Amino acid sequence: MLGRTANGLYWMFRYIERAENIARLIDAGLRMSLTRSGASDEDWDGVLHSAGVREAYAEVHARLTGVDAIDYLLRDRSNPSSVMSCIEFGRNNARMVRTALTRETWEATNECWMELKQLLARKVKSPDLPQAIDVIKRRAGLIRGAFHGSMLRNELYNFARIGTFIERADNTSRILDVKYYVLLPSVSAVGSSLDNVQWESILRSVSAHRSYSWVYDAEYRPANIADFLILNGQMPRSLAYCYEKIVSNLHYLEKEYGERLPAHDTADAIRARLQTMTIQEVMDRGLHEFLELFVSHNNQLSQEITEGYRFYQ
Amino acid sequence: MIRADNTPREPYKDYFDWYSGQDRGHLIGKSQDAENIFRKTGITFAVYGHADSSEKLIPFDIIPRIISAKEWRKLALGIEQRVIALNAFLDDIYHKQEIIRAGRVPRELIERNTAFLPQMIGFRPPGGVYTHIVGTDIVRTGEDQFYVLEDNARTPSGVSYMLENRETMMQMFPELFHLNKVKRVEDYPLLLRQSLASLAPPGCKGKPRVAVLTPGIYNSAYYEHSFLADTMGVELVEGSDLRVIDGKVKMRTTRGYQAIDVLYRRVDDDFLDPLTFRPDSQLGIPGIMDVYRSGNITIANAPGTGISDDKAIYSYMPEIVEFYTGRKAILENVPTYRCSEPDTLTYVLENLADLVVKEVHGSGGYGMLVGPTASKKERADFAEKLKAKPNNYIAQPTLSLSTVPILVNKGIAPRHVDLRPYVLVSDKVQIIPGGLTRVALKQGSLVVNSSQGGGTKDTWVLED
Repeated sequence: MLGRTANGLYWMFRYIERAENIARLIDAGLRMSLTRSGASDEDWDGVLHSAGVREAYAEVHARLTGVDAIDYLLRDRSNPSSVMSCIEFGRNNARMVRTALTRETWEATNECWMELKQLLARKVKSPDLPQAIDVIKRRAGLIRGAFHGSMLRNELYNFARIGTFIERADNTSRILDVKYYVLLPSVSAVGSSLDNVQWESILRSVSAHRSYSWVYDAEYRPANIADFLILNGQMPRSLAYCYEKIVSNLHYLEKEYGERLPAHDTADAIRARLQTMTIQEVMDRGLHEFLELFVSHNNQLSQEITEGYRFYQ
Repeated sequence: MIRADNTPREPYKDYFDWYSGQDRGHLIGKSQDAENIFRKTGITFAVYGHADSSEKLIPFDIIPRIISAKEWRKLALGIEQRVIALNAFLDDIYHKQEIIRAGRVPRELIERNTAFLPQMIGFRPPGGVYTHIVGTDIVRTGEDQFYVLEDNARTPSGVSYMLENRETMMQMFPELFHLNKVKRVEDYPLLLRQSLASLAPPGCKGKPRVAVLTPGIYNSAYYEHSFLADTMGVELVEGSDLRVIDGKVKMRTTRGYQAIDVLYRRVDDDFLDPLTFRPDSQLGIPGIMDVYRSGNITIANAPGTGISDDKAIYSYMPEIVEFYTGRKAILENVPTYRCSEPDTLTYVLENLADLVVKEVHGSGGYGMLVGPTASKKERADFAEKLKAKPNNYIAQPTLSLSTVPILVNKGIAPRHVDLRPYVLVSDKVQIIPGGLTRVALKQGSLVVNSSQGGGTKDTWVLED
C-alpha cells in the first residue's frame, strides 16, 4: 500500500476519534455546569485545557464563557480540533484513501459529514446541545461499526486502528493531566460533594462513570479513578488498553512486512511500563510527571510510525 | 422515444408498457431516492470557481435511454473505424507524416498546435497504441442518422457515471431488467485493467503493475479516479507518491519503493513531467518522459494524443478516416467552418444566429456561443472575440438533435441528448455497449455539459 494511504487512514481515524472525544468533553462540561450550584464559566477552562485549545481560544475570545467555549469546541473552523474541523479533516482523508475503504465505511463517513455540516451550520441552542452531542457520538459509532463489520483485517485495518488508539491515549492522558490535582493523595480519601463532581466529570469525559461503579464498588477514590484510566486493561479508553492494541497492531505489521522498526521497540517499552507499574508507583512518582512523560512518548511513537512506514517520504 | 404518430419507437415499447402502469408520484419519489444514493456515495464533481458549492451532484433522470441492437451495430462499426483511424493518424504524424505529405492535412495545423508534442516524434508507445481509452461524443438527428461531435482521445471522463447510473437503476427498478434484455456494462473496470495490462512496456518483467494517477481530491473528476482505481483493484497515486528511481517510475509504499509498469494518468500532458513540460507542475513526476521513452513505463493515454481530438483537426476527420482505412467514414462529421480561413470567417460572422461557435481548445461547454439561443448582445460580443482571434474558433450549424423523454413533475417531456460510448484499445478494439447519455435538462437547450446544467441517464443497448 502507498505510504500516503497509510497516512490518510491513520489521520482519518485520529480525527474521527478526536471529534468523538471532544463531544464527550463538552458533555462532561455541560453536566458539571448543571450539577454545581453557582456553576461558573471557569468549568470550561478545564475543558478547553483538556481539548488542548485553551490558548487558541483566548486568541479568538477575550472572555471565557460557556456559550463561547461550546461554540468554539463544536463548530469553530479556526479551531482545528473543533468537532466540525475534525469531521471535515477526517472526511477529506477518507476521500483521499477512498480506494482503501469499503463502501460501507466511506458512506458512513460521508453521511456523518453531511449530517454534521447541517447540524452545525448555525450555533446550537443550549436546549439542543444534548441531542447534538448524541448525534456526533452516534455518527462516529456508525463509522466504527461499518469499519469493523466490513474491512479486511489487513495492513489498512491496522494503520487505521493505530491512529485510533494513539489519539485515544493522547486524549485520556490529557483529561487526566488537566485534573491531576483533584486526584492527588493529599486530597481527602472520602470526597466532599465538590470532589465527587470533579471526579465524576473525569469519568464522564471518557464515558466511564457507570462502568467505574461496577469495577470499583461505586465509591470514588482518586487512586482508583487514576488506576481505571491508566492501568486497567478492561477499560477501553485506558492507556494500558490503548497500548495493548497498538502493540498488537504494530506486531501485525512487523510480521507481515518482516521488518522491525524503532516504533516497535518504543511501543513495547511503553506497554511494558503500563503492565508492570502499580498505581501506587505512579502516584509516588508524581501523576503529573508520569502523564507528561507518557504524552511525549506517545508523540514520539507517532513520529516513528510516520517515518518508519514512509507516510510522507 | 415517441414517433410522429404518437406510438413509442420500437426499442422503447416494453419500457413504455411498464411506464404507463406506474404511478407518477411514486416515480418522482424514486428520483429523490436516486439523488440520495448519489449524495451518500459521494458521486459528486467540483465546479471550478464556485467556492461554497465545491461538491455538486449531476442530476440523474430515471428514464433510460434505449438503443436497439441494430442501431448499436451500426454505431459500433463506425466508432471502431474512427478509433482505428485516430491511432493510425497519431502514429503517422509522429513518424512519417504521410498524411501531410499527401496534402490532406496542412502541416502548420499540426506543427503549430500546442497539443502536438515534438517529444513524441519518432517514439512508438508499447503495442503502437496511443489512445487506450476513447469517448466518442455522438448525436442523433434522425432515425438512422448519427453525427460524431467530438473524439475525446486524451482523457475522456464520465465512465463512472455510466456504471453508477446502471447500478442505481438496477437497485431501484429490478423488474425493468427482467422485462428488457439489457447488455452489460459492468465489466468495464475488468476490461480496462486487462486492456491496460496487455500493453505493458518492454521493460516489464512479470505481472504488470497498473496504477491510476490523479491530480488529487480537489480535481473535478476525483470521484471517478478513485472509483476506477477501486473497481480495477489498483493503487490511486498522486505525483508526490511517485519518483524515478533506477530508470523506473516507482511509488512510495509502506514497504519501500515499488515499480509501476502501466500508468493510467488523469493528469494533462502539460503537467505530466516538469522536466519536459510545465516546470511549475506539482502534479507530475520529474523524469517520467525519459522512463517512457526508454520503454520502462506505459502511459495511457500516450502524451500528445490531444492532437487527434483537437477541434481544428476535427473538421479533417472524414479525410483522416478515409486516408487510413481506405473507406468512407461510417459516422458523419458535423459540417465545420474553420474560422481561420478569411472567407469562412465572413460567412460565420454573417450567420452567427444559426451557428454554434466553439473554442478550438475549449472543453466542458465553456467559451462557446449557441447562436440561436444567444441574445443579440451576446452575439455581438462574441463576434468581437471571433474577429480578434479567428484561429481560435470553429463554427458548426445547429443540428436538429433527437430528443428523449425525461421525467418532470407533469409527466414526461422531451429533451436533447448526446451519447458518449467508451472504447478500449489494445490489440483489439472493445466498445462497451452503452455509454454516458448526457441530457440538457432545460427545455429547448442544446448544451448537455454537466458544468452547464446538464444531467445524465442510464443508457441501454438491447440484446437482439
